[in-house]
Amino acid sequence: MIKNNILAFIFLIVISNISYAASVKSELSTKYKATSNINNKASLQRGAKHFVNYCSGCHSLKYMRMSTLAQDLGIEEAVFSKNLLFTDKKIGETMTIAMKESDAVTWFNAVPPDLSLTARSKGADYIYSKLNTYYEDDSTTTGYNNVALPNTSMPNILANLQGGQKLVLDSNNNPVSLEKISDGTYTEIEYKQLTNDITNFLVYVSEPAKLKRYSMGFWVLLFIFIFTIIAYYTKKEFWKDVH
Amino acid sequence: MSEKNQTTGVIGWVDERLPILSFVRNHLTHYYTPKNFNFWYFFGSLAFLILFLQIFTGIFLAMHYKPDAKLAFDSVEFIMRDVNLGWLIRYMHSTGASAFFVVVYLHMFRALMYGSFKKPRELIWLFGVFIYLALMAEAFMGYLLPWGQMSYWGAQVIINLFTTIPVIGPELGIWIRGDFAISDPTLTRFFALHIVAVPMVILLLVILHLSALHTVGSNNPDGVEIKKNKDENGIPLDGIPFHPYYTVKDFVGIGVFLFLFALVVFFVPEMGGYFLEHANFIPANPLVTPEHIAPVWYFTPFYSILRAIPDPAFGALAMAMSIVVLFFLPWIDRNPIKSIRYRSTLFKINLFVFVIGFLILGYLGVKAPNPLYNALALRFSEMYFIFFALLYFYSSTRNNLFSYVFSGVIIFLILIYDLLRISSDNYIMILTGLTLVITFVVFMTLSPLYSSLNKEKEVPDRVTE
Repeated sequence: MIKNNILAFIFLIVISNISYAASVKSELSTKYKATSNINNKASLQRGAKHFVNYCSGCHSLKYMRMSTLAQDLGIEEAVFSKNLLFTDKKIGETMTIAMKESDAVTWFNAVPPDLSLTARSKGADYIYSKLNTYYEDDSTTTGYNNVALPNTSMPNILANLQGGQKLVLDSNNNPVSLEKISDGTYTEIEYKQLTNDITNFLVYVSEPAKLKRYSMGFWVLLFIFIFTIIAYYTKKEFWKDVH
Repeated sequence: MSEKNQTTGVIGWVDERLPILSFVRNHLTHYYTPKNFNFWYFFGSLAFLILFLQIFTGIFLAMHYKPDAKLAFDSVEFIMRDVNLGWLIRYMHSTGASAFFVVVYLHMFRALMYGSFKKPRELIWLFGVFIYLALMAEAFMGYLLPWGQMSYWGAQVIINLFTTIPVIGPELGIWIRGDFAISDPTLTRFFALHIVAVPMVILLLVILHLSALHTVGSNNPDGVEIKKNKDENGIPLDGIPFHPYYTVKDFVGIGVFLFLFALVVFFVPEMGGYFLEHANFIPANPLVTPEHIAPVWYFTPFYSILRAIPDPAFGALAMAMSIVVLFFLPWIDRNPIKSIRYRSTLFKINLFVFVIGFLILGYLGVKAPNPLYNALALRFSEMYFIFFALLYFYSSTRNNLFSYVFSGVIIFLILIYDLLRISSDNYIMILTGLTLVITFVVFMTLSPLYSSLNKEKEVPDRVTE
């Protein structure tokens, strides 16, 4: 009887949780999933290059030290300085930007956020879907709107690569899908790879230590495992006469 | 006893001036502990280990952390990125906080199961609850230090609890914050309290907890007093020296614990947002309230009790009561049988339902409120208190009149609150919840009269293993 009541309660919680989750997140924004793998150095290097080319005009990575980046991505400092450092910064500095916040507000009506930790605070899928879900919308000042971040102030700077998209609504005015209406210079697959590389790069930037902790963790676990086995047999030996 | 073991040399010289050897004898090599400790007895020494892990990692964090509202968030990221192994120290500290509560909750559950709070161990339990309280304060103040969004708004919620106290509340809030809003002075004082004051209090309480324990000796899974059966030398028949038996055994526990601990630290330090919340990677912003403020998991059962009552003052009162009641446990449960092994089926059901309810309250506390969750939180909050009422009820065999009156009083108290708030919109939810709780109460209080569910077993003289 009591057990049944408890089961009923748990069942209620599970059911309500499902319907609750569905009502908050629009189907469409959850459709875009990044496949992030920070051990893929080539992807990180491409992501870094694209980030510097397309994003770093406005977005800083104020916690990301460039020397750490060069080292972790396996880029020689000289190569890094030549290809990824366009300002007179030193490689030991972090990736801040020159744009003033007051200028940003004049130009974009908002300050572009620092992206050092976005992958940790909002998740990789958010970044990926943000970059993939721009669609044409005449009611906005930039001419574009976004599914992941509705009414975003950020202009669609990758528009000429991706091409134009249109939002398809169902009869209840809920977004269903995005439809391609004009071609960009990239194919769909190339664009997905580009945005995925940028996302992957930002996942790395959000926690560079992640590259180290898995491999170090393995050895620590191995050590503790051996320690525990020795401790277990020591205990057994000492306790022989107790029971 | 020192005449027999006269030691010479440096140690002997010191021992004549400082009783280190007799300390080791009294508390380790000749401190007799029951030989039948099981799995549940690892968590005391593990809590001790974590305490020192937290102090050790905390010292290194304090070397690099900047207690300043403008610098705090950046300094944490500095530790994570630029300090050698800073990320490891920080993850050990943040995981350690959660591990501390996991271990302490299991340690407390052990006490509930085996009646370790009962005579003559009331003081051990009291010091333990004080440690738990100090630990909550310590964790809460530590959580503000990274100065992220959840740090800020979580602290906002908790400090607002104090402002609900009648008359002095608003002034008290300002006194705690050192400002009209949470700001730099709040951060700096929380830092001072977190790294100096509260840890010292915790250490002192741990000393008291252990001193009281070593005075009366440990309980055990059978709830038998081993000191009642001694051999001709005055050594308990069922006792073994703490060292080497339990030191060597605890190392196994430490090994298993550290394995799980390292698994989290190295592979899932955020624990899916429960140990480190995602929103806390956004710097504190007093102007932007997060959509959903959830405290860290170890506070959520109490947070649910707080939210269960819409009125903030009564909610805060209920939450405070849920912790205060723990202090009275040794005088609430007066049943002479300590161990769950020899107590009745109804006691087992009561404890089982309490644990499930506590976990559900914890789950509800991390979720955004909605009508169903609020109703569940209220019912399980009621169940939380009913657990203690039933512990009192099972203290001895109750007669018909007492059982009916006791059951009636609980139902009456629950009913009053429901009658005050019932309306045409919520009556289905209220009646459903009410029926479930009343069924439980009636079953738990009246079934002893008509069945053998409250039958207890005979406690043996000696431990059984």
